[in-house]
Amino acid sequence: MRWLRFFRRRRADAELREEIEAYLAEETAENIARGMKPEEARRMARIKLGNPRSVRETLWQQNSVSLVDTLGRDLKYATRTLLRTPGFSLIAIAVMALCIGATTALFTVVRSVLFRPLPFRDPGRLVMLYEHFRDSRSNQEGFNYNTVAPADYYDWRAQTHGFEDMAAMRYWQFNLTGERGDLPELVSARGGSWNLFPLLGVPAAIGRTFTEGEDRLDGSAVMLTWTLFERRFAGDASIVGRQIHLDGKPYTVVGVLPQWFNYPDAKVQVWVPYLSGLPPDIVPHHDYHFSAVVARLRPDVSLASALSQVEAVQYRLHSQYLNAPVAEDVAPRNINDDLARDVKKPLLILMCAVACMLLIGCLNVANLLVARGAARQREVAIRGALGAQRLTLIRGQLTESLLICLAGGGGGVLLSLAATNWMARTWKDLPNAVGIHVDSVVLAFACALVFSAALLAGLLPAISSTGKAVFASLQASSRTTSGNLSRATLRKTLLTVEIAVTVVLLIGAGLLLTSFVRLRSTDVGCVTGNVLTLDLSLPAQKYGSPEKVNAFYETLLEKLRDLPGGRAVALGSVLPGEGNGGDNVFTIREHPPLKPGELLPDALIRRADPGYFSALQIPLLNGRFFASDDRLNRSRKVVISKQFARQYFPGEDPVGRTIHVPAHNDADYEIVGVVGDTLWQVGKPVEPTMYFPILEGGLDHGLTLAIRTDSDPLAMSVPVQKQIAGLDSELPVSNVQTMQQAIGDSLGNASFSAALVLSFAVLSLVLASVGLYGVLSYLMTQRTTELGVRMALGAQRDQVLRLILFDGLKPAIIGLALGSAASAGITQLIRSMLYDTRPLDPTVYVAVTFTLLMVATLACMIPAWRASRLDPMQALRAE
Amino acid sequence: MTKKDKTDGEMLKGTLDMMILRTLVTGDAHGHTIAKVIERTSEDVLEVEQGSLYPALHRLEDRGWVSSFWGASENNRKAKFYRLTAAGRKQLVRETSRWRQMIRAIGLVMGEEAMEDGGTR
Repeated sequence: MRWLRFFRRRRADAELREEIEAYLAEETAENIARGMKPEEARRMARIKLGNPRSVRETLWQQNSVSLVDTLGRDLKYATRTLLRTPGFSLIAIAVMALCIGATTALFTVVRSVLFRPLPFRDPGRLVMLYEHFRDSRSNQEGFNYNTVAPADYYDWRAQTHGFEDMAAMRYWQFNLTGERGDLPELVSARGGSWNLFPLLGVPAAIGRTFTEGEDRLDGSAVMLTWTLFERRFAGDASIVGRQIHLDGKPYTVVGVLPQWFNYPDAKVQVWVPYLSGLPPDIVPHHDYHFSAVVARLRPDVSLASALSQVEAVQYRLHSQYLNAPVAEDVAPRNINDDLARDVKKPLLILMCAVACMLLIGCLNVANLLVARGAARQREVAIRGALGAQRLTLIRGQLTESLLICLAGGGGGVLLSLAATNWMARTWKDLPNAVGIHVDSVVLAFACALVFSAALLAGLLPAISSTGKAVFASLQASSRTTSGNLSRATLRKTLLTVEIAVTVVLLIGAGLLLTSFVRLRSTDVGCVTGNVLTLDLSLPAQKYGSPEKVNAFYETLLEKLRDLPGGRAVALGSVLPGEGNGGDNVFTIREHPPLKPGELLPDALIRRADPGYFSALQIPLLNGRFFASDDRLNRSRKVVISKQFARQYFPGEDPVGRTIHVPAHNDADYEIVGVVGDTLWQVGKPVEPTMYFPILEGGLDHGLTLAIRTDSDPLAMSVPVQKQIAGLDSELPVSNVQTMQQAIGDSLGNASFSAALVLSFAVLSLVLASVGLYGVLSYLMTQRTTELGVRMALGAQRDQVLRLILFDGLKPAIIGLALGSAASAGITQLIRSMLYDTRPLDPTVYVAVTFTLLMVATLACMIPAWRASRLDPMQALRAE
Repeated sequence: MTKKDKTDGEMLKGTLDMMILRTLVTGDAHGHTIAKVIERTSEDVLEVEQGSLYPALHRLEDRGWVSSFWGASENNRKAKFYRLTAAGRKQLVRETSRWRQMIRAIGLVMGEEAMEDGGTR
């Protein structure tokens, strides 16, 4: 009712006026009846009535909802003021939109990746379990979650009771071929123990999940993910029960996973039972690490006590196999963190960077508002003198910053939608099991951001510009500038803080960038320019015998070597810089047996064709490369890396020695050569590596081809693929790219975070310099008269220039000093993300100092120069 | 016209609404009549200020105790008339009984003296 009346105020007022008129008429008529003259009667009636306006005002206020009314008025005034200076408003809104947008986008990603519970049943009780080695080498990188050996997993599951259940998962990939001559395709797959889906609480969308009976070595059940089901099988539910061919072997589709199920990432296309397809001799091993274990805690058991049971089992296993790499401990890991893997730290750092930028944006808007506050000092003073309460004045100014932040926030949310989308697409390492999108919490966050930014940006200037001192400006003559001194100090303080934060950002960005540049320019140990790489894999079904495999390899190599434009071809299991590819333990025949407690030597394992090393220009240091005669059973030869020789044959000549590798044919291999070191991943330390001849028979799952070319390697990709298809049209080829691209992809995190932090830092620098320029211009305008007097009294132009310049540079220099000092502490936090770069890298500090001083000088120079050009006569007349 | 002592005409808070309602029991009336009736009935002790009469009338209308309509006054002028509603009648009964209780209570507290004082006037 009252609310309705609020909107009918105008009509009610009109009625009241009529009513008052009626009253006056009645009273006048009565007075005339008493015998007064008409004028007198009218006058008396008016006297009796009193002030009709005050009656109307009372009623008007009675009909108003005061909060809505004042808010409406504030909004109206604020809009008008903002519209009067569209330039200022647009800049302020754009700054806020940028800052709020970036912060919201990053918050969306951080929340989706790190904090939103996975869409499983009771996700709070899910935990990942890994093995944890105690030796210093495993712990040096601050990351110690070793994948679990299958036998360890089975022992944990059978012998402990703290967890409701445990399930194992492993990586896999298949060559998916169609029944009707469809294109072959290399699909990313996972093996999951039969109890995985029940444990997670994920039902099949169509069909069923695996049964215990299907989880065996020769199991041939398969589940499709929704994407594959839609894409390859056109969403036809009758695929359930039918067969598909994986690596040429028939598998029966038992079910399709729900559409939302993207765990552990969206690239996975098919799931098979954990044991299905594993080599039989691997399962009983306690040192063959390749599984991730997910466990569900029992509701009545604490994680610590459940874990202690598993650790007891693991330590017993460790003591049982003293020389083998069987971990001492078990490490639990948050399931979200496990998915986030390497992105958690970069994400948090980006979040901090973007928060800094938001802070700078707020300070900048605050600074701009202070400047406006100064221009409107008189207005505020007059309103105050007329009886406006201080709170009303503050509220009015806050409304302005609120409007700016609201408009900026609206734009920012739109911006963040685009930015989130872009990040999810561009940043390949982001896990996407939950899906990255804006939800109600994110919107609430954006709202909170808008209001706190409005408060931060508005409160300081509002309080400062409505203080008691303001009224002094009414008494003072217009020429004095003393009233503005405190405001100038406030602006300079804001500016100093702004610059300090900018310096921290710049130094952080500089360190990340330096680190990234050093990563990019790292020598991988082989040629990387003009190299085309691609992956392929041969299906076991079709290439049943080693002779067939070798024939394929040799024909392929020969054909590719003959391609015009190609210089050399390398065929191997993994290329340098493209990943770990697995490692194996071995023993050295000529060395005495290991002492108890001493770990078996261990090295990365690679396979290489005879031309591999020369094609990739990996230098031969000793002995020889493989020869084409090193094939099949005659090929028990191995080539080792320099690090291998250094680590395991210190002070002796390794060539001619014999190593025994249990997991690799369980045979003795003679070392025939030593080659230069290559990095398995840029930024990671060199690992000892052993190379086996690819022609020794046996099938490698994944193969990588590298073709060194004369010119643009990508131009060769079509001819190369044609050659492969000419040999076997069912072979899928994947990851066709240059070697530099492949290595660049492995640096995705480093490049992404360096680029983003750098762009935030540059934006902050721009904001800070705009702030600097604004403050100085304002100060100069304030001091026009003073400068005029100085010049009239004989101050030289360069003296004035210096005066203004140093006035502006002072906050810049103080901010620089503060920021550098703060950076020295803060950058320690990103130490683990830096490669070959110390957090106190002097080059970065010098470069940042130089850049900041340059930009600050430039920003100050313009107003200073303008001040020095002042015509003293005009300056004196200006007031 | 002598200026009245301010305290004389000042009404107790909250009593104006009740008196307006009471006035309307005898029939519909417009603002002028209501003010006049209250003044006359109180033997000109109470003076109804227009500044409080109209807001009070609107307040009563807002609460649904009176309704209003435009009509012609005794002198055939257009005037806004007010009428007591059923809810207003109930409210009047409530207010009246509350008022009586209050009078009695105040009387008890003030005792003879107050009565005498009142008597001498």
